[in-house]
Amino acid sequence: MRFIQEYRDGELVRRIAGKANELLERLGRGVKIMEVCGTHTMAIARHGLKSLFKDSLDLVSGPGCPVCVTPDSGFSMVFQAAEAGKTVATFGDMMRVPLNGRSLTTLRSEGLDVRVVYSPYDALRMAEKEPRKEFVMVGIGFETTSPLFASTILQCRSRGISNLRLISLFKLIPPALSKLLEAKDLKIDGLMLPGHVSTIIGVRPYVEIVEKHSIPAVITGFEPVDIVESIRMILKQLVENRSEVENEYSRTVRQEGNVKAVRLMREVFKPVDSEWRGLGLIEGSGLALREEFRSFDAVEEYGLKPVETAKPAGCLCGEVVRGSRKPFECSLYRKACRPDNPIGPCMVSSEGTCAAYFYAGM
Amino acid sequence: MGGRIILEHGAGGRLMHELIREISSRLKTPSRGVDKAVFKMQGGRVAFTADSFVMKPPVVKGCDIGMLSVNGTVNDLVTMGANPKYLSLSLIIEEGLEEDFLMRIIGSISDAAERAGVKIVTGDVKVVEKGGCDKIFINTSGVGRVYSNIRVSTLNAKPGDAVIVTGSVGDHGAAVLAARGEFQLETDVSSDCASLTRILETLVRRRIILHTLIDPTRGGLATSLNEVAASSKVEIEVEEEKIPVKEEVSSLCEILGIDPLYLGCEGRLVIFTPLRYAEEAVKSLRRLEESKDACLIGRVSGRSRTGEVRLLTRAGGVRSLPMLHGIPLPRIC
Repeated sequence: MRFIQEYRDGELVRRIAGKANELLERLGRGVKIMEVCGTHTMAIARHGLKSLFKDSLDLVSGPGCPVCVTPDSGFSMVFQAAEAGKTVATFGDMMRVPLNGRSLTTLRSEGLDVRVVYSPYDALRMAEKEPRKEFVMVGIGFETTSPLFASTILQCRSRGISNLRLISLFKLIPPALSKLLEAKDLKIDGLMLPGHVSTIIGVRPYVEIVEKHSIPAVITGFEPVDIVESIRMILKQLVENRSEVENEYSRTVRQEGNVKAVRLMREVFKPVDSEWRGLGLIEGSGLALREEFRSFDAVEEYGLKPVETAKPAGCLCGEVVRGSRKPFECSLYRKACRPDNPIGPCMVSSEGTCAAYFYAGM
Repeated sequence: MGGRIILEHGAGGRLMHELIREISSRLKTPSRGVDKAVFKMQGGRVAFTADSFVMKPPVVKGCDIGMLSVNGTVNDLVTMGANPKYLSLSLIIEEGLEEDFLMRIIGSISDAAERAGVKIVTGDVKVVEKGGCDKIFINTSGVGRVYSNIRVSTLNAKPGDAVIVTGSVGDHGAAVLAARGEFQLETDVSSDCASLTRILETLVRRRIILHTLIDPTRGGLATSLNEVAASSKVEIEVEEEKIPVKEEVSSLCEILGIDPLYLGCEGRLVIFTPLRYAEEAVKSLRRLEESKDACLIGRVSGRSRTGEVRLLTRAGGVRSLPMLHGIPLPRIC
C-alpha cells in the first residue's frame, strides 16, 4: 500500500524516536503532549509507540472521540427516537453506547428498528426506498463528518425526500481546544492536532489559540512515522522556546483546508453552544440546522428531549475525555467496564481512549 | 442470565465463550466449553465435532455456505490431530429459496467433501416458513481417526515452541465484509476457505512434532493465540512484520479501521511445534498449494499464569494483543 507502508518503516520510526529522546534529555524534565484525536490515540496504542520513548514523555488523550464527548442527554434523544417507532440510522460506534443499562444493540434485540450505516448517503437511499418509514440519522462527529451530513440534507431537499431527519450532535474542535488550554490543572506542554479535522478546516483556526496560550502544536498524520515525527517537532519547539502551528501532515492538509466542505457545512448548519462530556458547556462548539432546514430537524419534529442521566458510579469518562485521568486510574476499567460490556462511552468506540488502552493491553 | 441474546454472543469473543461455558455446565458435559471431543474406541482414538453455519451473504468471493460447512467441520477435526472420515449434513431451508441456488450449494458441498477426502454419510432437511431463517442454515458433524503418533491440544503449547501460520490471515473475514455490500467498496479480496487435511497429512508424514493446532476462525489469529496462551498458561510473542496479510485485505482493513488480526480465516492453521522442527515444517508446507505462504511468525517466549500475547509492531514498538471483545466496529471518521 503506497502512502502507508513507507510511513510504517520500523527503522525510520526508531531513528526519529531516538532524536526525540535526545530532545527529551536536553529538556531534562517531564513533558506532557496531548493527542487531540481519538484516531491518534488508537494508532499510538496499535503500533505500541509509547514503548519507544523515555518515561519523561507523557502522552495524554484529549476530547477527540465523537462518541466519548457526547453527553448522555444527546444519546437520550436517539433512544427516544427509536422508542417512538422511528427507524434510527447510525454509525456502528453508537450501537453499544450504554444508557441506563441499555444500548441501541439491546433496543434492536427488543425489536426496534435500528440500522448501522457507514455513510449518511446509506440512510438517504433507505429513506428513498422505504418512503412509508420515518428515518432518523444520528449526526455525530467533528468537522470531518458534518459536511457529509450537510450534503445529504441538501440532497434530501433537492430530491424532495421528507422522511429523513437528523439529530445533530456535531461538535467543533477549536472551541474545545481553547477550553482545555484555559484549564489550569492540565498543564499540557504540546498539542498533536487532528489530521482529519485539519484536512477540512485547514491551519488557520488554530493559530490564534496557539498564540494566546503559547503552546507548540503540530498537525499530525496517522501513521507511526507521522506520530513520532510530530512528537519530535513539538519537543524541538519546546527546546527552541517556540510555540507555533506546524503542519507535519502536509501531504493531506492544506493551509486553507477543504473550502468546499466548509462551505457546505456553513450553508446547512450554524454554530451553537454545546454540552461536552467532561468539559461542560462550550460556546459555539456545536452545530444546529439553520432555520431554512428546520423541517429536517428530528429533535424539533418529534419533540425529543435531552434527558440527563446519573453517571454510573465510579465512571471516569469525563476526566478521561479532558485528559486529567488515565483509563487505568478508573476502578471500573478492565473489570466491570470492557469493550463487550462498556459502562462509559470511552470504552465503546474504536477511537475511545479506554478502548484504545484496553486494546493495547495498557 | 435473564437478559437477551445479542449478536456479540456469536462473534467469537469473550461473551461467546461465557455463553458456551454456561450451556455446557447446564448440560453437565464433562469436557466444559470445548467444541470437539476425542474418545478411545477399539482400534484407536476417534475425533468428533459438530458445527452450524450461517453466512450473510451465503455466497462471497471464493466461498459459499456449502463449502464452508464442509471445511469448517473438517478443519475442526484436523486441529484435533485427526484424519477426517465421515460427515453428517443437516439443512434448514427458508421457504422460497430457489432450487437452483440450493443445488449450487449442494454442488459445492460435494466438491469440498471430495477435496477434503470425506464422505457425507447421513443427513436431514427441514424447511421453515419465510422469515424463519435466512435463506439456508447448515449443520454438519464429523468424525475422524486421530493419527496414532499425535497428541495435540490447546493446553499443550510449551516455552520454546515456534508459532507457524500456514498462509495469509483475515482473507475470509475481509471477503465477507466486502460482499455485504454495505461499504460499496470494490475489492479483489477472496476467501481462503479450504480443507486443512493435506496440511496435517504433510506434517505427519514429515514426522514434525506437534504440540498445538488451532484454526483461527471467528475472532481471527489474535483470538486464537490468546486461547492457546490462556489454556497452556504461556506467553506468546509474535512479530507483526512476519504475519502474512494480503495487500487487498490490509487496504480494506485500513479503510474500515479494522485490525486484520481479528478477522476470521477458514483455511489456515496455526501450528505450535518445537523450534528445531520449525524450518522443516515451513519448508514442507510451502510445497503445498494451500500453504505456500506458510510463515514462522513468533514463538512461545515463556510461562504466564494468565496467558499473554505480545505483538512486536512493525513500527518497532511492543504491545499486548488481547482477544476479541465484541464485534469489530467500523469507525466514524
